[in-house]
Amino acid sequence: MFGKSEENTKERDDKTSNCFLRLATMGEFKVHRVRFFDYMPTAIRAMAFNAHTERLALGRMDGSVEIFNFADHYFQEKVIPGKDSRSIEALCWVGGRLFSAGLNGEITEYDLENLRPKYSLEAYGGPIWTITSNSQGAHLAIGCEDGTVKLFEVLEESIQFERNLDRQKGRIISLSWHPSGTQIAAGMMDMIRVFDVPTGRAVQRLLVDRGFGGSKSRETVVWSVVFLSDCTIISGDSAGKVQVWDGHTGTLVKTHLVTKWDVLALSVSKDESSVVVGTSEGTVIQFQFIAPTLQQQQDKEWVRTRTFKNHTHDVRALAEIETAIVSGGMDTQLVVRPLLEKFDERSHASALRKIHFPHRNLVFCAKKAGLLLFQFPGQLELWRLGESDGHGKPGDSLPLKRKPEKLLHLKRKGEDHICCSALSPCGGWLAYSTMSSVRLYRLQTDNNDISITKVPKLPKILRSAHQLCFSSDSSKLFAASSQSSVLVIALSQSECKYVHTLKPKSGSRQPIHLMTNSVDGKWLATANSDCEIHVYNVQKLKLHCIVPVYGSCPSAMGIHPTTNNLTMVHADQQIFEYSIVEKQYTDWSRKLQKQGLHNLWLDRDTPVTHVTFNPKNPEQILLHDMHMFCIIDQSLPLPDQKNQFYNQMTLRNLSEQERPSHLHAFKICKTFQDLLSVSLLDDQSLVMVERPLLAITSQLPAPVRQKKFAT
Amino acid sequence: MATLFEGFTLCGLVQTPRASDSAIQGIELDGDSDHAVVTDSTRAVTLYKVSDQKPLGSWTVKQGQLLTCPAVFNFQTKEYVVVSDNKVIRVWKEEDLNLDKAFKATVSADVWRVHSAPGGEPVVLFQRGAVRLLDSLLSVPQQPIEDILSEEEEDIRWSTNIMAEKQHFVLFTTEQRGEHFLYVQRLNPNTLQKYRLESEDSGASPLSFSASLRDKHINLLYLYPNGCVYQSVVAVQGPVGLEGVQALPRSLRLRLPVGEGELGAASAVALDEAHVAVVGMPHPSARTGKDFLCIWNTNFQTLQAGKEMVGRIRGQVWCYLGKLFVPHGKALSVIPYECQKSSLASALGKLRHPGIAVSKSSVAIPSWNTLLHGDQPQGPTKIVDTRKSKLRRKSQSAPALTVDQVLELIKTGPVEEVRKEVEALVSRGDAQDLQLSVGRLACHLVARSQVETAFYAPVALARLVQTQCLCHSMCPDLLLLALEHKDYFLCQLCLQLFPDIPEGVTCACLKTFIGVPDGDVEMVSLEPDSVSFMEGLVAAGARGGQQNGFSPPLFEDSCDPHHQPKPPQHQDKKNPTLQLEVCPVGLHKAVLLNEVLQTPYSDNLLVPHLKDLNAPQVILFLQYLQFIYLKYSQDVYTQTPVLRSPTMTQIIDWVCLLLDAHFTVLVMAPDAKGLLSNLQSFVKSQVKLFSELGKIEGSLQELHKMKPSKDISQYSIEVIELF
Repeated sequence: MFGKSEENTKERDDKTSNCFLRLATMGEFKVHRVRFFDYMPTAIRAMAFNAHTERLALGRMDGSVEIFNFADHYFQEKVIPGKDSRSIEALCWVGGRLFSAGLNGEITEYDLENLRPKYSLEAYGGPIWTITSNSQGAHLAIGCEDGTVKLFEVLEESIQFERNLDRQKGRIISLSWHPSGTQIAAGMMDMIRVFDVPTGRAVQRLLVDRGFGGSKSRETVVWSVVFLSDCTIISGDSAGKVQVWDGHTGTLVKTHLVTKWDVLALSVSKDESSVVVGTSEGTVIQFQFIAPTLQQQQDKEWVRTRTFKNHTHDVRALAEIETAIVSGGMDTQLVVRPLLEKFDERSHASALRKIHFPHRNLVFCAKKAGLLLFQFPGQLELWRLGESDGHGKPGDSLPLKRKPEKLLHLKRKGEDHICCSALSPCGGWLAYSTMSSVRLYRLQTDNNDISITKVPKLPKILRSAHQLCFSSDSSKLFAASSQSSVLVIALSQSECKYVHTLKPKSGSRQPIHLMTNSVDGKWLATANSDCEIHVYNVQKLKLHCIVPVYGSCPSAMGIHPTTNNLTMVHADQQIFEYSIVEKQYTDWSRKLQKQGLHNLWLDRDTPVTHVTFNPKNPEQILLHDMHMFCIIDQSLPLPDQKNQFYNQMTLRNLSEQERPSHLHAFKICKTFQDLLSVSLLDDQSLVMVERPLLAITSQLPAPVRQKKFAT
Repeated sequence: MATLFEGFTLCGLVQTPRASDSAIQGIELDGDSDHAVVTDSTRAVTLYKVSDQKPLGSWTVKQGQLLTCPAVFNFQTKEYVVVSDNKVIRVWKEEDLNLDKAFKATVSADVWRVHSAPGGEPVVLFQRGAVRLLDSLLSVPQQPIEDILSEEEEDIRWSTNIMAEKQHFVLFTTEQRGEHFLYVQRLNPNTLQKYRLESEDSGASPLSFSASLRDKHINLLYLYPNGCVYQSVVAVQGPVGLEGVQALPRSLRLRLPVGEGELGAASAVALDEAHVAVVGMPHPSARTGKDFLCIWNTNFQTLQAGKEMVGRIRGQVWCYLGKLFVPHGKALSVIPYECQKSSLASALGKLRHPGIAVSKSSVAIPSWNTLLHGDQPQGPTKIVDTRKSKLRRKSQSAPALTVDQVLELIKTGPVEEVRKEVEALVSRGDAQDLQLSVGRLACHLVARSQVETAFYAPVALARLVQTQCLCHSMCPDLLLLALEHKDYFLCQLCLQLFPDIPEGVTCACLKTFIGVPDGDVEMVSLEPDSVSFMEGLVAAGARGGQQNGFSPPLFEDSCDPHHQPKPPQHQDKKNPTLQLEVCPVGLHKAVLLNEVLQTPYSDNLLVPHLKDLNAPQVILFLQYLQFIYLKYSQDVYTQTPVLRSPTMTQIIDWVCLLLDAHFTVLVMAPDAKGLLSNLQSFVKSQVKLFSELGKIEGSLQELHKMKPSKDISQYSIEVIELF
């Protein structure tokens, strides 16, 4: 291919041949800048933080649940896809088990190994507004629309209904156990009830005032309530008040009017010295239990201390963790706001973090065919990229000869949302999986017509997949199955046949979240949530080796087309290169580890989500995260801490002669932002799929509080 | 009196390496009176539009070449001429962009200057004293140039050219071993006269020269470092053919205070026959620093105006068409000036050249006695003059009385006759005449009225006031007399036309106007323009259109933005808006009050007099002010274009003044309570409006700052390069 293109250039005039040569040798690329992927994350509805495992469970409006590992750079470890009929109002950890309850009236426990609901239980109380467990982890309490608080006993493998507390008039919106487990506070309409758990009696009735003015006629909804060990009850309600009550006497201690709209969420810190509240205005307000003056250290009270404004819309879910406040809401982003007093110095960990995009691929590119597959929860879209025959200087936009074209809009079948999908490199096969089924399609494109045929009989064993991946010659489909195993399916025009199940030796039960195979069709690498990376020999259908386990989860990996080296990038931004053939880290990788990565590289706050290579230039590794695109040139010296790391601007201004002395291996381009995917087509052009955050914001409903000019 | 007005910077100056050098070689006029051609000390000529302070064009010679003479404008061919490197004459037009491509001619001797003046051909003065007309020189550029200055040590110090009627002169001064000579070169026929300047005792050289043409005489003004300004006069029709060197007599025109030491870089330029502008000298009343620009009257040796120029003065000043160009510090400033004939001079006619005086046919003012003692018109000059004017008037065929006769008549004559004569006098008199006679007539009329209560000539007085030659200080009793006689029309005229009414009198007028019953005023005929304005204002309320962000409900509301406006049925009769729609005073009274509002005043002086008003008067006036303020806040303000109407600022200033003067009274008075609270809420609403406008302005300003973001479509193919 390279030779051919050189032949062609000889026929052209000098100018274009120069251009072509530069294109081949220098880092000049034609870029398809794609912005037509209308990816729209859904709003965050609930969250629960498990301090023991440092995992945050996040429930979204579409019923999907995401697990973030806060111990490993907030990496999004697992995603349990949503389902049309499922809704999540609240999430709750009991030990390592995750429960949710929703307005469909069911309690669901999740199977975090197979990324699916383990079971769902009808609670028979109408829509469920809240679910919470006692500190002992023995019981779950749910608040129902019919006014009952139901207690469930947590058993080994399931939960069992135990009893109802005294039924009330009006729905139970929020619940909080007293740490002793003997009392429960329940937020309702216009009031808070305190129940004595052993007897099931309501022992206190705290009346919550309504709002002023026009809202006087509307009931006040106690959206959130927390019950502290000293029997203080703190509530947040739809009249914009945060109220502090004495649970012993049932008296109101203090009212803080914090907003004109609703106070939606409350979260208390582990030591009960701080409470954060989330409001409809998008603010998060912190209250701290401190002495108002320095002299009277004994008389502590709840004092409003800080206000954070990181959201534009309702803050529906909140968690105050050891060093940060985690918040999420209607504006779909997860914000980790570190509490600066908990840090001694400014560091990577003390920086504000916003998680906008999933840490996995939603875009698949058929490199040979120039097709793009976009994965939505409810459908798949197949696009053909546009064309341009022009040449231009760096910085130019080329005239389009052909516009991009949407070839296919494939709606999923059934209630379950799509959890993964794949497109074969030739563009001839398309597969997707939901929790309940896998579907495989044959695509045929001749000129402008596209025909899609569903492959009818898939092997029975192929029921669902965490990851799907086609071999580079499109002859095999790999499907990541339960317990980190991989099903190998042989594809041919006539049939589709199960070949083998590749199983890891480690016996890990965790799901595979990354899978990649080599261009020569020999190797397949998988990564699971236990941070294990297995390399299989696909020809011999057996495990080839296990890459030494590294402490951080791999966020992207790829096998080099010529050297068969496996390049892995982890959530902590470390890069490793492992020679599959020699079963050891490469010299380059050792050198990189020895010298260490540049601090600016390590300080980035989004994980690398894609690793690919340039077949024309074996030295180049292409990576990207949300905010940058990077080519690592292994032939160049590694940057040390003194080097200017982001040096493209400097290099651009240097002369040809001066440049080589300033080069280093990391060539970083920040021209493209909000990147969802970067891939290199076989014709050497890059495809950059951007999803501008502004476009996401513009599709959100109007916030309750509009910014007026200059206010 | 001479006045220096607020100056402005025409351009910045580049710093020259040596401090003594000026950054500017010369400033010349162009065909356009608003243009100035500025030649800097090195390579550039820039054409400025002076009033806009912006350059219209700039021409430079190549690096390495040097302009050696200021560029001049050839008024005949509309071309610019400059000399570079002493020998290369360049000629170009305004539309030429490149000086290098312009016409060039190399002459055989070093050029000192090219001079040009309107109506004449440019002349070239060579360093050795020879003079050529530009045209003839350019036709044969390499023609031999003779040496006029014989000895080598004699060098030209200064030169100029002067167009006197049909004669063209080139003047230059030279210095030879401490002696200074003036050469007067006359062109066509060419004659050259050499004068020796009287040397100063100290042996110092003159710092600057300035030549002007006056009455067929060339006046040469030169300044010595000891502050002496001498004048020498050379007759245009001078003694032709006198051989040898003549001594040039001089007269000391001015001895400037130089402070300590001598003047260094100073320059004097004659502005007119009596005024000299001097830069680089200390101001007599300022202690230190020589960085002043002063205008001196040479007749009276008085300082007329002074201005400190910030930064170093280089002893350069140019004067063109009422503007002084002074390079100082890092800027070239343009300072407009005005030299009026000083009053003493005009009064005595001392310096008026007889020829001019006759041609203007003005009546010269009799004598000091007339001015000082008014009623004893005597002295030969006066008689001559009156006779002269009498003759002239007779020739105009109107059998009218002279000023003095009218004055006599005023003393005794009946009102009607006085009116007739005064009108006749005023209608035929010219401005020069009137200025003086009107004052006397008015004074006499007022004096008689004060003595004889029965005598009052309103029409005659009004006529006199309407000449606009009268002011309050000329006849201080006039306005009070008018007030006394309830002659509101005259009062209005006085208020309109007198620029110098004392605050006390203004206040007296105000008090009278407020106090007068509406019925009395409505019958009086007032100046129609102001009446129609007021009618329009009152009528406008009926239309009900309201703008400017003002809405009546806001009146009663607090400024809480969330406060719901009350439904209209709440607005009962007590609604202040409705009340305020009605003018609290009659139409004519309002017209008179408007005049008071527009009278110039100084608030420090006015406030004590305002205290004379009593509470009801204050409240009424305040009500009126509020009424018209409200009207202005509606759309009337913009819709009634009238020459004379009180401005919004005047109204607000008066409200402030009234509140200042009577705050306690108003707070105590129960009647004023509603008024004040209305005023407060209205002001509040206005303040709110303006703060909103401020916000809008802020937002819109942000728009300016925003970079035009590159519009990125859904899909594009781009080329990037990574290094």
